[in-house]
Amino acid sequence: MLETVASFALPVGERVNIKRNRLAPKEQAEGQKRIAVVTGIHGDELEGQYVCYELIRRINRNYTELNGIVDVYPAMNPLGVDAVNRHIPMYELDMNRMFPGGEGGTPWEHVAGQVIDDICGADLCIDIHSSDIFLREIPQVRINPEYASKLLPLAKQLNADFIWVGNSSAVRPSSLSHTLNSRGTPCLVVEMGAGMRITKEYGEQLLDGIFAVMAKLGIWTGRVKGVSNPMVSTDGEVTVIHCEKSGVFIPDIQHWTGIFEGDHIGDIINAYTGEIEEEIFSPVSGTVFTMREYPVVSPGSLIARILGGGR
Amino acid sequence: MIKEEIYKYDSVYRGDFTVSAYRFNKGDKACCIVGSMRGNEIQQMYICSKLIKALGELERQCRISYGHEITVVPCINPFSMNIEKRFWSTDGRDINRSFPGNASGEPVQRVAAELLSKISGFQYGIHFTSFYMPGDFIPHVRMLETGRENTSLANLFGLPYVVVRKPRPFEETTLNYNWQLNNTSAFSIYTNETEHIDEESAGIAVASVLRFLSRMGIIKYQCHGGYIATTLDEEGLMPVYCTKGGIYRGLKRPGDEAEHGEVIAHILHPYENTVIEEVKAPCSGIVFFAHNAPLASENSVVYKLIRRLKN
Ligand SMILES: [Zn+2]
Repeated sequence: MLETVASFALPVGERVNIKRNRLAPKEQAEGQKRIAVVTGIHGDELEGQYVCYELIRRINRNYTELNGIVDVYPAMNPLGVDAVNRHIPMYELDMNRMFPGGEGGTPWEHVAGQVIDDICGADLCIDIHSSDIFLREIPQVRINPEYASKLLPLAKQLNADFIWVGNSSAVRPSSLSHTLNSRGTPCLVVEMGAGMRITKEYGEQLLDGIFAVMAKLGIWTGRVKGVSNPMVSTDGEVTVIHCEKSGVFIPDIQHWTGIFEGDHIGDIINAYTGEIEEEIFSPVSGTVFTMREYPVVSPGSLIARILGGGR
Repeated sequence: MIKEEIYKYDSVYRGDFTVSAYRFNKGDKACCIVGSMRGNEIQQMYICSKLIKALGELERQCRISYGHEITVVPCINPFSMNIEKRFWSTDGRDINRSFPGNASGEPVQRVAAELLSKISGFQYGIHFTSFYMPGDFIPHVRMLETGRENTSLANLFGLPYVVVRKPRPFEETTLNYNWQLNNTSAFSIYTNETEHIDEESAGIAVASVLRFLSRMGIIKYQCHGGYIATTLDEEGLMPVYCTKGGIYRGLKRPGDEAEHGEVIAHILHPYENTVIEEVKAPCSGIVFFAHNAPLASENSVVYKLIRRLKN
């Protein structure tokens, strides 16, 4: 059932509506579990749109297998999704820096508070992100070290390729996930693909994981596929590569897995002079889990993140 | 006066990104003044340009005290200013949410780290900044409660109010907070206007800085005493919300008095010009902040009032 969890009037004849689709079994019973699938906090991240669609479609096809509540929130920042804007239009605020919301100057702080109240109490929340337009990510789960012991077992069920335990921005204080975790509602952040794109195979991979985790929680009684065993960041060391020159990045990487120290990652080229400004090689052997997607770079632009080395 | 480039990098398509500083006198690092960090902070840059002119004149007249250096950095982000974008020109990040930065990190983190290293070690730091909502303030000094803030020093600017607030998680990444951690007494100054130049409040801002410098013995300058400041806790300000969206017609300016129950704004129907809401003052007091955009969404804070105690 489609319901509005937060809403306010815009100046000129429109309303902002944050909507959720609740899929619940015909028979409500005591002790039924609830999972929340959230996406679209960043309006330019669209990978979650396919996941929401396909999740609802698959449940509807085998509705009798549903034994708990599935809440789907496809667009926390609906204006951003519609207007091709990562942030909250007008204010240019990052919605994932606004939680827990409540008091504040803009209607969005109020919205953030209502959204948290709506999700709180779920047995699991999955917040799906898709990097930004600059970087491409392999399907991965991100966890704040504060909540690692509680979240790692759940994260391993999600069929991701990689679990990054660290202080990335999507799990820091004032994010949706940090707020929910701090209030006792476990929340996993998924990062996969790239901004403004949909990578169907990543969506399919995550869906297998979501059904597996729902089965584990007793929300889904249907058959589920086995999940792959992800790498965990604590198995090695994360190396981040930034470029030092301005220009256009041309990647030259063949395989994301099994990169060797000294392998050529790509070049920064100059379109005015026909020269290579900077050649970029991998300083370690390992697996590339983040790769530059948007070609134009300036000094400091992130080129790749590699899990490798190992201590 | 020495003009110096404190940070620079080469951009293939735009030429150099350059941050300039103006240094007056030599000696102990007495005071550093930072202007616009965001592309729309025109007023903040303008105030600094007036200060650079005034300090140049004082230096020529040998009225900057011996052994005291004053540095002014009028603009940190010319790239965004020239394309009329508030945040970083490529990825939309906010420099004033990127401190202490990282000299080998992403572009914005590099700017923040380089800037902080160049403006550290000063006894006093003054930052002209702006609010994330469209509106005007009574000119005031704002300090974050870090345990190191010194409100009696803030009084010496002679502005009518000093506001103290508890830092929220995202504010630990501001210049003000990081200056304080580096043992600089840091003050943020808010005046009317950001995107437009307001001569009157620019004059007030310049006078307040010269008054402060003269009271600290850094310059010899004749000025009238200004206000004896009232210190306010941000949380004690009374927010006034509108409950409809539409065309906004504010009836009060910062500094005006409002009586309990008095109509202080109208929300008009955007197409029909009828008053759909009369926004009333929830208490008697003085207008501290006033929304100044022609449109307003439901649940926006359109005023903040300083409560007047019953007499
Ligand atoms: Zn995101």
